[in-house]
Amino acid sequence: MTTVLHYVFAPGLLQSEEVLHAFLVGILVAVISGVVGVFVVLRGQSFVGHVLTDIGAAGASGSFLVGVNAWYGFISFGILAGAGVEWLGDRARNRDVATGIILSFAMGLGSLFLYFDTRFTSNASAPMMVLFGSMFVLNPGVIPIVTFTGLAALVVLLLIYRPLLVCSVNPEIAKTRGIPVRLVGILFMILLAIAIEDGSLVVGSLLSTALIIGPPATAIRLTSRIGLASVLSAGIGVVATGLGILLAYDSYLWPPVHRGWPVSFFIAVLVLVFYLLSRLWPERRYAQGAGSARREEVA
Amino acid sequence: MQVEHVLELNDIVVQFGQRTVLDHIDVAIEAGEFVGLIGPNGAGKTTLLRVILGLLSPNHGEVRVDGKSVRKRNRAIGYVPQKIHLDPDTPLRGRDLVGLGLDGHRFGVPLPSRKRRARIDEVLEAVDALRFADAPVGRLSGGEQQRLLIAQALLTDPKILLLDEPLSNLDIRSAHEVVRLVGRLGKERGIAVILVAHDMNPLLGHMDKVLYLAEGHAAMGEVDAVIQSEVLSRLYGYEVEVLRVRGRVLVVGGRDEEADVVDLLGGFHCGDHEDVMNS
Repeated sequence: MTTVLHYVFAPGLLQSEEVLHAFLVGILVAVISGVVGVFVVLRGQSFVGHVLTDIGAAGASGSFLVGVNAWYGFISFGILAGAGVEWLGDRARNRDVATGIILSFAMGLGSLFLYFDTRFTSNASAPMMVLFGSMFVLNPGVIPIVTFTGLAALVVLLLIYRPLLVCSVNPEIAKTRGIPVRLVGILFMILLAIAIEDGSLVVGSLLSTALIIGPPATAIRLTSRIGLASVLSAGIGVVATGLGILLAYDSYLWPPVHRGWPVSFFIAVLVLVFYLLSRLWPERRYAQGAGSARREEVA
Repeated sequence: MQVEHVLELNDIVVQFGQRTVLDHIDVAIEAGEFVGLIGPNGAGKTTLLRVILGLLSPNHGEVRVDGKSVRKRNRAIGYVPQKIHLDPDTPLRGRDLVGLGLDGHRFGVPLPSRKRRARIDEVLEAVDALRFADAPVGRLSGGEQQRLLIAQALLTDPKILLLDEPLSNLDIRSAHEVVRLVGRLGKERGIAVILVAHDMNPLLGHMDKVLYLAEGHAAMGEVDAVIQSEVLSRLYGYEVEVLRVRGRVLVVGGRDEEADVVDLLGGFHCGDHEDVMNS
């Protein structure tokens, strides 16, 4: 029994500061991403989520050039991009076009920065860290600020939960109720940026959307209650991240020995497994809602 | 003794650049009155709606709700939008949507309580939506969603219920159900109802008054008094004719120009009315 436990919880797991940091930041990111993600689904903004990761990646690539931690690059570019998309999109009345324009500009910038990073600085690993994260090599200096912004984002999200819900369902109703729709929209973009960029730091910009999209997609297959879906989504994200870290730590003993498998891989696989499992859940039936029957009748 | 009006629009003028969209509009609506706001597309219905809701301040004139002059949004108005766009998988049940009417503008997450549930159940029952209250909103039919939106608006405790083209996405039967429902709710609860529509026929026999809008001009009164060729011709600024066919009303224009009759009501001809709606 102890050997099995030893195999799952490899010796030294909880003595390692890096692992503890990974658990702390990883789980926080999973909670925020899970709750924010439900609103991303509700608001149909998953495309914007992808955009924020790409733009954050450009910022992070640039941060290596000026010698600051990647997190500052991720978060500054992410928040600017989120606010910019919301601001431009509202004017242009065409979110996708506005988003696309910002996106292509950021990608170009990112490729330039990564080129400089690898050519003219000693950060040969910069592309790997930007794209696939640095869960186990987090700079202890950024842990407090990452934790603080994450917790602040969570608190703000819970505070604006109801007005945000009204805005997401119908902006016109929100306006007539005196809710500042634009302000709420920009606030949500900033929260989304924090969730995605904190996620980019730990699991990489290529995979941070996995935590934004996967757990909510799984949760809404299990319940149609928005509150329960938010809790489930956060929970699924936490389990996937926690198990992912555990498996990544264990993988140091797997072949090739003492190299370890990337934690992002495990998290992505677990998110997919949970989603596939949720597909086995029986499709909800709403016999009491005569909706479908009536629609057929009309058609 | 003057009658107490729940909504008064006094000499409202709205201009967008050179164009006058609303030209000296006067409206007075009493508590519990069911008013159909009728007019062709582009007549200024949406603009007038935005003025009443306090989302647009007029260039001239005054809006009074419940006797008080209103500059910004009106808490006394329950707004029912034309449609909500939600994916079928959206995790939002009917009762969650309705609950937003109660406390959607407040900070924080909604905490379940017996009182909250009772108030939500009460309006759900009033609009006959209890049986689909736990289904995801995105999977319900247009008529069912409309009922939930009405319930949501009722929970804001309004003096006036404002429905923006609620019938335009509904089949004939659902449209009649919605009209009957808001008529009954208005009378039972003493709420004035303003229902915006481009076709007045589903409202005939249910609305107390018609507020007809054309070319930025308005006329309000009993249906038989307003829906007259002379009255509407004055609004349009050119000759139109009101035809009454088998209890239905059709407004046509262009009597003098050539022979072709232009339907001013956007494609709803009385003869093939149902075919158009069902296709």
